[in-house]
Amino acid sequence: MSIVSIDKDYDNLSLVLVAEFEAPIERVWQLWADPRQLERWWGPPTHPATVETHDLAAGGEVAYFMTSPEGDRTRGWWRVASVDPPRSLDFTDGFANEDGTPNSKTPTTEVEVRLTEHPDGTRMELRFVFASREHMEQLERWGAFDVFPQSVAQMDALLAATPDQEDL
Amino acid sequence: MVVAELADENLDRLFHALADTTRRDILRRCVRGEPSVSRLADLYPMSFAAVQKHVAVLERAGLVTKERRGRAQLVHTDGDALDRARRALDELEAAWRGRVERMADVLAQRDGR
Repeated sequence: MSIVSIDKDYDNLSLVLVAEFEAPIERVWQLWADPRQLERWWGPPTHPATVETHDLAAGGEVAYFMTSPEGDRTRGWWRVASVDPPRSLDFTDGFANEDGTPNSKTPTTEVEVRLTEHPDGTRMELRFVFASREHMEQLERWGAFDVFPQSVAQMDALLAATPDQEDL
Repeated sequence: MVVAELADENLDRLFHALADTTRRDILRRCVRGEPSVSRLADLYPMSFAAVQKHVAVLERAGLVTKERRGRAQLVHTDGDALDRARRALDELEAAWRGRVERMADVLAQRDGR
């Protein structure tokens, strides 16, 4: 199992996820730094992601869209706050309008990625902070997460079908 | 599910619902208690039908639900803010559990295992 712990703080509206991978830090970093690899895990299997812009530098942007089975696209973006390869990445994750410009009506999430080496591989700590409780409510009402529980179930099925990867 | 369409429609309804002073006031009262539509109608200088329309807009945005109790229609908020925050965090967790598992999958494939 990759996930070591998940701590949710309902008062501060934050979530900290710790995972460990049996892979060198540089390879785990590439999951974020290489747009082709990012595409393989960002979107759920039913809504694969296509990364169009990927500038992983302070002030840089990442632009992507996810395609539904019906062919509809949901656009999103990151605004990179700081980056220190292969150890840390801070960015704001938000939604975009059809033309790719940030949707100012929708809330955003701050994401902090920290990678550290450990004897068996790499430890990844992800910290997510919602701006406010109201912000959280908007995200939820907006249906921003609706697609994901479904994708987790499909992922479980996929993993079950590939038992040789169960040690990860 | 058509994510983008659903999302935009929901958002539009939410902002539309909250853009009106009367509706914001109705929402505040519903957070504090469970007023009936008739009781709300007494509070504002407008017709019962007009108040009912405001409640319907809030209802479509998912902000309140109506419940018939005897002859009265009670209006209450759909769960408190903390509950919603809790669910949103739970869903964020579910989303990232999926992503982390896919990350492991990508690493495993690149490793040729």
